[in-house]
Amino acid sequence: MGVGIKVEHLNAFYGKTQSLWDINLDVLANHATALIGPSGCGKSTFIRCLNRMHETIPDARVEGAVHIGELSVYNGTSATQLRRRVGMVFQKPNPFPTMSIYDNVAAGLKLNGFRNRKKIDEVVERSLNGAALWTEVKDSLHKKSGASLSGGQQQRLCIARALAVQPEVLLMDEPCSALDPISTGKIEELIFQLKEQYTIVIVTHNMQQAARVAEFTGFFLLGKLIEFDKTEKVFTNPSDKRTEDYVTGRFG
Amino acid sequence: MVRTRFQQEMEELREKLLRMGGLAEQAVDRACQAYSERDLARCQMVLENESLINAAEREIDELAFDILATQQPAAIDLRFILAVTKINSDLERVGDQAVNIAERVMDLIELPVVELPVDIARMATAVGAMVRRALESFVEGKAELAQAVLEMDHVVDRMRDEAFIMLVRKMNEQPQVTQQALDALLVARNLERVADHATNIAEDVIFWVRGADVRHHAQELAAAQPQPTPEQ
Repeated sequence: MGVGIKVEHLNAFYGKTQSLWDINLDVLANHATALIGPSGCGKSTFIRCLNRMHETIPDARVEGAVHIGELSVYNGTSATQLRRRVGMVFQKPNPFPTMSIYDNVAAGLKLNGFRNRKKIDEVVERSLNGAALWTEVKDSLHKKSGASLSGGQQQRLCIARALAVQPEVLLMDEPCSALDPISTGKIEELIFQLKEQYTIVIVTHNMQQAARVAEFTGFFLLGKLIEFDKTEKVFTNPSDKRTEDYVTGRFG
Repeated sequence: MVRTRFQQEMEELREKLLRMGGLAEQAVDRACQAYSERDLARCQMVLENESLINAAEREIDELAFDILATQQPAAIDLRFILAVTKINSDLERVGDQAVNIAERVMDLIELPVVELPVDIARMATAVGAMVRRALESFVEGKAELAQAVLEMDHVVDRMRDEAFIMLVRKMNEQPQVTQQALDALLVARNLERVADHATNIAEDVIFWVRGADVRHHAQELAAAQPQPTPEQ
């Protein structure tokens, strides 16, 4: 099951440049939360702070606290421990190109020391089912490489790979921006189903997508969280003029 | 980012609704003048112009539908379009009420003139003011003006109730004027309905401007100040 995320006084920096300013946010467990805002507003930086990817950039640093369930992300938790519980899907599908579909999904398990073949088979099937890809690839699990799939299938493969280690939180950074509308629809349907079991945070440039998939939406601007509320409120009657100007297309 | 086409379409929608508002307002004015002056020609104008109002209603609905389908408006723009479609429907019904009044007047013209204890002209003035203010609140996007319309509705309701009591009494006392009294009573009821539509329009303006739903006894909400903007 998913767990909640609590972010307190989060500040992020690239060298001397501050990119996030005092972000406070509660993400509800087993809900989809969308983050929207113009390019460079800090939404991707924010999501990368949730699983400590921000600090992989030289000179980048983070201040403040993030709790994922009972886990304190920046206090006594290793990145490896954290990423077992927090899966991530990126803008561009990034399957391991030379690995088969099966091995792509099983990679995380194998890295974590799983050797029981039967157990791995079960997890691969469950994860591919969870990513709504099983029926399309079940006959070519070992024959086809991840890279041989279509863009939409590759993205669902990446979701299956993330699900295989049974995370509690799934972070998605513009997961549909490289996909056609049909594949986008499939991923959105998947998000709707996945939130039964996972907490989902999705960064998207597509405001209609945020409106369709997320129960909560946060609007970022210039590194600040301007507004965070129920999605229908943000898209029908936002509290802040800046949010209204953005969702109505008056800037951005 | 300026969405030129979108802004043009929104402006077109606004203008079409204003034209529609003008037609509906004119229809009520003409019908009421026709009542005061027993003017058959004005009644016929009201009847003839109804098709213009109906055509305008269809045009507005089509444009609103197109904008929703192609532009995916949000927030205040979405509320504006929803408000326009509802106001459109109310204006069309205002036109229907004007036709009903004109038909009553045409009936009255055929009957002997009698003294009736009802001031239709006064009621028409109040209702006309409500329609005008409701449309002004839309033109100016001012919830305060719309709020004033909501408060006027009670006055018109009282006028209708008084007209009902007085005209029923008249019918009891002088059965020979029943037909004229009944026509006048129906005109009073039609005017009260127009006032209800003006009230609906005002509520839709408040919804558009403030995002507050003030229908059905929620007028207190409209009077409340909009929520303060949270700052980070």
